[in-house]
Amino acid sequence: MKPFRYETATDPAAAVDLLSRRPRAAFLGGGTNLVDLMKLGVEVPEMLVDVSRLPFDEITETEDGGLRVGATVRNSTLAVHPLVRRRYPVLSQALLAGASPQLRNLATIGGNLLQRTRCTYFQDIGKPCNKRRPGSGCPARSGIHRDLAVLGASQHCVATHPSDMAVALTALDATVHCVSAEGTRTLPVAELHRLPGDAPERDTVLEHGELITAVELPPPAPAARSAYRKARERASYAFALASVAADLRVSDGTVQHVRLAFGALAAKPWRARAAEAALVGQPATEESFGRALDQELAAAEPLRDNGYKIPLARRLAVAVLTDLAGADEGGAR
Amino acid sequence: MTTLPRTLGADTARLEGREKVTGTARYAADHGHPDGLFAWAVPATIARGEITGVDTGAALADPAVLTVLTHENAPRLEEGVDPTLAVLQSPRVAHRGQIVALTVATSLEAARAAAGAVRLDYTSEPHDVLLGLDHPGLYAPEEANGGHPADRERGDFDTAYDEAAVQHDAVYETPPLHNHPMEPHAATAWWEGERLCLYDSSQGSSTVQQMLAQLFGLGPERVQVTSEHVGGGFGSKGTPRPQAVLAAMAARVTGRPVTLALARQQLAAVTGHRAPTLQRLRLGADRDGRIQALAHEIVTQSSAIQEFVEQAAAPSRTMYVSPHSRTTHRVTRLDVPTPSWMRAPGECPGMYALESAMDELALACGLDPIELRLRNEPDREPDSGRPYSSRHLVECLREGARRFGWQHRDPAVQGRRDGRLLLGTGVAASTYPVMVSPCRAEAHARADGLIDVRVNATDIGTGARTVLAQIAADALRMPLDRVRIHVGSSKLPEAPVAGGSSGTSSWGSAVHKACEGLRRQLAEHDEVPETGLTATADTTEEAKRGQEYARHAYGAQFCEVQVDTATGETRVRRLLGVFATGRILNPRTARSQFLGGMTMGLGMALTEHSTVDREFGDYAERDLAMYHVPVCADVPDIDVHWLDEEDPHLNPMGSKGIGEIGIVGTAAAVTNAVHHATGVRIRALPVTPDALLPHL
Repeated sequence: MKPFRYETATDPAAAVDLLSRRPRAAFLGGGTNLVDLMKLGVEVPEMLVDVSRLPFDEITETEDGGLRVGATVRNSTLAVHPLVRRRYPVLSQALLAGASPQLRNLATIGGNLLQRTRCTYFQDIGKPCNKRRPGSGCPARSGIHRDLAVLGASQHCVATHPSDMAVALTALDATVHCVSAEGTRTLPVAELHRLPGDAPERDTVLEHGELITAVELPPPAPAARSAYRKARERASYAFALASVAADLRVSDGTVQHVRLAFGALAAKPWRARAAEAALVGQPATEESFGRALDQELAAAEPLRDNGYKIPLARRLAVAVLTDLAGADEGGAR
Repeated sequence: MTTLPRTLGADTARLEGREKVTGTARYAADHGHPDGLFAWAVPATIARGEITGVDTGAALADPAVLTVLTHENAPRLEEGVDPTLAVLQSPRVAHRGQIVALTVATSLEAARAAAGAVRLDYTSEPHDVLLGLDHPGLYAPEEANGGHPADRERGDFDTAYDEAAVQHDAVYETPPLHNHPMEPHAATAWWEGERLCLYDSSQGSSTVQQMLAQLFGLGPERVQVTSEHVGGGFGSKGTPRPQAVLAAMAARVTGRPVTLALARQQLAAVTGHRAPTLQRLRLGADRDGRIQALAHEIVTQSSAIQEFVEQAAAPSRTMYVSPHSRTTHRVTRLDVPTPSWMRAPGECPGMYALESAMDELALACGLDPIELRLRNEPDREPDSGRPYSSRHLVECLREGARRFGWQHRDPAVQGRRDGRLLLGTGVAASTYPVMVSPCRAEAHARADGLIDVRVNATDIGTGARTVLAQIAADALRMPLDRVRIHVGSSKLPEAPVAGGSSGTSSWGSAVHKACEGLRRQLAEHDEVPETGLTATADTTEEAKRGQEYARHAYGAQFCEVQVDTATGETRVRRLLGVFATGRILNPRTARSQFLGGMTMGLGMALTEHSTVDREFGDYAERDLAMYHVPVCADVPDIDVHWLDEEDPHLNPMGSKGIGEIGIVGTAAAVTNAVHHATGVRIRALPVTPDALLPHL
């Protein structure tokens, strides 16, 4: 083990201060990803600042009828919260689709957002990886990439973001509240993660030392129904091959409101804005869902072994939207 | 005495169950010593070539690090034992991940950090890690594993196949698979003078004792190996693995006890795998479905350093009527880790192909797949002409069909739908040979009335310890609580490995014989003398018997799947296994064996695979997040039944092995059900969503 310092943060300002002065320090939440990466030698922090005991463990209603979720709330807690289950079923379903009960009991909301790709090359320090060692190369493009990105990738990186929860948050227009030495800021979850471009080592737009303190959900869209579906190789404890978070309102057979995000297709949760724009005002039918998704997925660039993700994402999304539309109209699935 | 309930066949809980669930059962790495050291293995980062430079300076800079062993300074081992155990003996690298250095330190953390600081220079050579049907290195081996001839020809296959009214010709593929037992391969070693003591996670400490004695140039009496509790093996601990040798080396060099537990991420490269197979299967039948010609041709791989030929065509020699038969094995030597044993080697991949082909033949003949099998039931073993000691495959199929509700099945594919889900059912047969090895045992009556039974059996989680105690109590006509069973140490009478589904037969025969001997002695004494009474047994002669019969266990698996047409995800809804495996000695532990085997077969069908990284030469899946062993949510309520099978040609208990047959046939039952549901035949395992979706 490489020696490192361990500090327990008692207030956010101190935590930010500790990190800001040390470029190789890291925040520690539940540790379900960071500790693994330390064991593998992928992450070698000189100091861990444990933020899991900061007073961010509450789930509270906001004045506008939304929900504010502290960054240290555990995944398992949020998944079963009555307000989440009632108002944001897509979020509850996404959380329960992730990892295993044991991991969900440890993982925090802030940490879930900041977990890193599971690309096999990223996790093996014996091999090149631009995300882990910038400039060393990306063997995944020609190598093992069946699980990797078809949207928004670059010559330098084809990693995917592994979170299920973040996909639901993206579809729900959630925001993250952050604090840094410069002060506080709020940004949409959809803008938290970066596409790799020529700097795949940067997963998010956060600066070093910037700490997520909460996630805020706006009030649910009136009369909309939401759902999360995840396709995977085994029924539990597997990362998505593709996943879909959808939020839909249909009346008189016409799409009134739709929000749609994909997981496992890109380095960030992929908000399908082109498909959304194409759908509003259209009939809520499999045909129009399919057409809209074709527009969204036209930008996909599959590699040798991951082209299946495009029809998979399309069919998964059509199925979820069709089910939601059917439920909305009071029909059978 | 006469009213005692029979202990054999009783539903007895594991004797060590309390120790295991309370965490007091100690495994190989739990035997640390206050003065003990920890070792960590360093894997090669090239797939083929040579180490040209070693720099251990940075690793040794930490005073907690006592030594770093490499090929330059490691103790020399005797040659010609097992090339996969010749660790740190040469600068050659035969595959990526081969262990090329070992750090030894006063803490696990220091050893691990030092492993990261070892600098090795290599000259790398081009590597070849991809198996193909036309690989130029393919050759005919002298024999396949298990002493099976590589090639067998009966009759005139080519002519009979050409003339067959119905022909089926297809290639079936199985990927590399990894055993991944819960307990990784681990050992704790120390030396008492010129005597090596070892706790090892192994399936047979007598074998470890003998092979380590050879490697270190010692008499076997100077090597003592204990494998008291073992957290699974599935074949990957059937022969010694590098951790045992490395721990012994490190202990010798440092003069202190050394514990080495391989990391999960290292197992795929150094503990063996089920070799991938490409199997061409041709079945020629008459219009009534009677097989006239059968060809089963295997292409598989081994490593550059050792030949290992998965005997996947072997079951086609014994399973069905086949007047004209050709069964062959071809192997090529790639720059990959050496394959090894994995649950039902040979039968498991071979029967996947044969039972898939039978399903396809049934469709081609317009027959129910069960009926096709009934029509091809042989009265003697086709390849040897020997009579079967017992064969109840037909009964398994019929009983399974009754329990599963097969008679209501609509044979049409894509016939059942539940919303977006397609539903289908499939069946496959399973078989596994009866094997038995010579074994010794000792039974000792103590003056206090208890009986010590000693045999170097290994309980790798199967319940072997419990069943052996039951066998002893039964032979002694005593209640179970008078028996003290001692297993898992090379100090005990020599016994074969827990493998080949032969443990209970082999060990049990010796235990039975020793206990019968002791019972006769006890009958001659009014009371047990102060020094006790001892009877010993050696079953070398008994193990040779019965060869005039073809002896196999049989079974049938039935499966119902659902396939999601939106995602290509297949989930098993129902799984039923019916087995005819002689007498069941303990229904509780037997059921676990069948269940576990079937679950592993479910994984083989749908989730498990190791992917060769052609650029780097290793396997992409290195942990249990990446290598998809089925989780509870994948496993339905599996139903297991067995027939009461009387077979007098087996052993005193009348039992056949049960550890492996559960996995055989399961994969084909699942994929046959997928075909029934979807009309899609995927002939390469596993059937993952990406493979199935394009066809839906």
